Amino acid sequence: MRHTITLLVENKFGVLSRIAGLFSGRGYNIESLSVGETIDPQISTMTIVTTGDDLIIEQITKQLNKLIDVIKVIDMTELDHVEREMVLIKVAPKPENKSEVLRIAEIFRGRIVDSSPRTYTIEVTGDEKKIEAIIDLLKPIGIKEFVRTGKIAIAREGTKNK
Amino acid sequence: MKITGAEILIESLKREGVKHIFGYPGGVVLNIFDLLYDDKDIQLILTRHEQGAVHAADGYARSTGKPGVVLVTSGPGATNTITGIATASMDSVPVIVFSGQVPTMLIGNDAFQEADIVGISRPCTKYNYLVKDVNDLSKIVREAFYIATTGRPGPVLIDLPKDVTSSKADFTWPEINIRSYNPTYEGNRWMIKQAAHLISKSKKVVIIAGGGCIISGASKEVKELAEMTMIPVTMTLMGLGTFPGTHELSLGMPGMHGTYYANKAIQESDLIVAIGMRFDDRVTGKVDAFAPNAKIIHIDIDPTSIRKNVRVDVPIVGDVKRVLMVLNKILKEEIKEQWDEVRKAWLKQIEAWKKERPLTYTYSEDIIKPQFVVEKIYELTKGDAIIATEVGQNQMWAAQFYKFDKPRMWLTSGGLGTMGYGFPAAIGAQIAHPNKLVIDIAGDGSIQMNIQELATAVVNKLPVKVAILNNHYLGMVRQWQELFYNERYSYSHLEVVPDFVKVAEAYGAVGFRATKPSEVEPVLREAFKIKKTVFMDFIVHWKEKVFPMVPAGAPIDHMIFEETKEKAEKKLRAVK
Repeated sequence: MRHTITLLVENKFGVLSRIAGLFSGRGYNIESLSVGETIDPQISTMTIVTTGDDLIIEQITKQLNKLIDVIKVIDMTELDHVEREMVLIKVAPKPENKSEVLRIAEIFRGRIVDSSPRTYTIEVTGDEKKIEAIIDLLKPIGIKEFVRTGKIAIAREGTKNK
Repeated sequence: MKITGAEILIESLKREGVKHIFGYPGGVVLNIFDLLYDDKDIQLILTRHEQGAVHAADGYARSTGKPGVVLVTSGPGATNTITGIATASMDSVPVIVFSGQVPTMLIGNDAFQEADIVGISRPCTKYNYLVKDVNDLSKIVREAFYIATTGRPGPVLIDLPKDVTSSKADFTWPEINIRSYNPTYEGNRWMIKQAAHLISKSKKVVIIAGGGCIISGASKEVKELAEMTMIPVTMTLMGLGTFPGTHELSLGMPGMHGTYYANKAIQESDLIVAIGMRFDDRVTGKVDAFAPNAKIIHIDIDPTSIRKNVRVDVPIVGDVKRVLMVLNKILKEEIKEQWDEVRKAWLKQIEAWKKERPLTYTYSEDIIKPQFVVEKIYELTKGDAIIATEVGQNQMWAAQFYKFDKPRMWLTSGGLGTMGYGFPAAIGAQIAHPNKLVIDIAGDGSIQMNIQELATAVVNKLPVKVAILNNHYLGMVRQWQELFYNERYSYSHLEVVPDFVKVAEAYGAVGFRATKPSEVEPVLREAFKIKKTVFMDFIVHWKEKVFPMVPAGAPIDHMIFEETKEKAEKKLRAVK
């Protein structure tokens, strides 16, 4: 099963490599990983999306906890939480499809952040389903490239373990 | 007053109580070596290879419980430590490696003798550091010792750029507080209670004691538990010495080359009390078929060891010694079982297994059997020697036929299985215990992997004894090839093996050779008498194999035994 794991880690040199090394060294998957500073600049947060059965996820969280630079490991999948991801999609539609692209962008509350005579670049945020839905819709019209940020997640206030 | 980084380092080491460093000099660590030249408190033992330095520090640490310290130069000096570091990491040994590094401004430039040792050593250290600012140095050293020796111990590497050792700072000795590192020492009391109830409810119980018992210093507690509740004890390769091997409740070692009765007991048990061990594949054999009817209580300080390989019914994360103290107290004060009644049938069964298939070999009058050499070493030392081993048949025979009664007398590379470990480890142990008899039980293949350390032993006048079980083969490889590869001895025959007596003499050590069983004891006696480094070359039977044996991937009660002579002859007759 797929899990979203959030880590609080020391904002030190080499930490990302320790975490990436743990996943590669033990043969775990990383589907996406995003890193950023927290309110305390000495601490970073990492959101990792990974897959595995219960035993593997248990090992992953234990192994992450064991790393000296990891302060806290939270398996978001166990919590009521909000997840978001952003995608930038560069679409190159045929002239007759241009308005269709704009319509789709609007439906998904996307924003056009760049346009050229031949392309639009659309910014969309949402959960994974939404991101995948817009990509699916735009694919037949002609996606030139897209870049996803990977998922970030935060627990809903006042909720406990599911 | 400001002092140099090198001076800060030496002062920090002294505050950590370091008396010995194992190392090898080179360009970027000369600032440090210069200080060691006339230092009165710290002695540097110059090995002949950096790998030897790490193994020596490892042997020092395992035999004392104190951390071993290594100092090497950058680039090749640092990369040569990796096998030693990985060895220490797999067996949870506190070793602290200081590696020189090119000056900070050259890092990343592919400078002469530059290697990214922090990157290279990351997966095989518990933690590692690159010191970028001399003001952080003493704090980092203190942290490194703390991390290496607490929780589940392990190696820590500190990379020291040359300019950090020459630039100046005030000496400080700050208290350590690592918010993200808090090992769990006290076990959950409720879980321990569950464990106590399970122990009293179960009939066929067996304790598997691992290396964690040695590290935690829990021999007394394991013995108390075993004797009070009358549970037989089997010890993993790393756990040997936890519980007296001569005790009637001892089952010896389990697993691939374990005893018949240990494996039988595990497979037939209804409860396993696993203490400070991690269910290595050499212990479990085929995991799905491991102890099919047993519940498992697993006590370990490392949460990742629990439920990694086998299902566990009662997990207890904590320091083995502290957990056992609580467990024993509950068993004594709250449970109060008539243990001899509860265990009677089980212990009778175990006795029967012990009689059915004791640990044995066929003695020969003409050719030296390697097991005979180990037995003689045990007999002559009465178990009171520090035994190091290399890896392979020599290691397994030593584990089987030497009975360890006390902890920290057994130095062997269990997890990584590093050939070339034993001799330098024995040197390290001898440095720590100058008056103890230290013996490396070796093979002719393994000893050649760090044979250069003869010079280290001789120069430091270390009376280390090396018993080479010389069969001209990489014996364990040959054994597998004989049993599973149709006797196709692909590159396991060493053909040219040096004259170990002459090699020893060339280095200024003493060499003996025994070719007949009758010469074994006199050679050993003579060697143990001499206060010098001695190589003993025992020419042993090349076809001798380690038995019992569980083929890789089989359940541990599917064991192969040595064919008795009668059986072999019977087979022959059948063919005719």
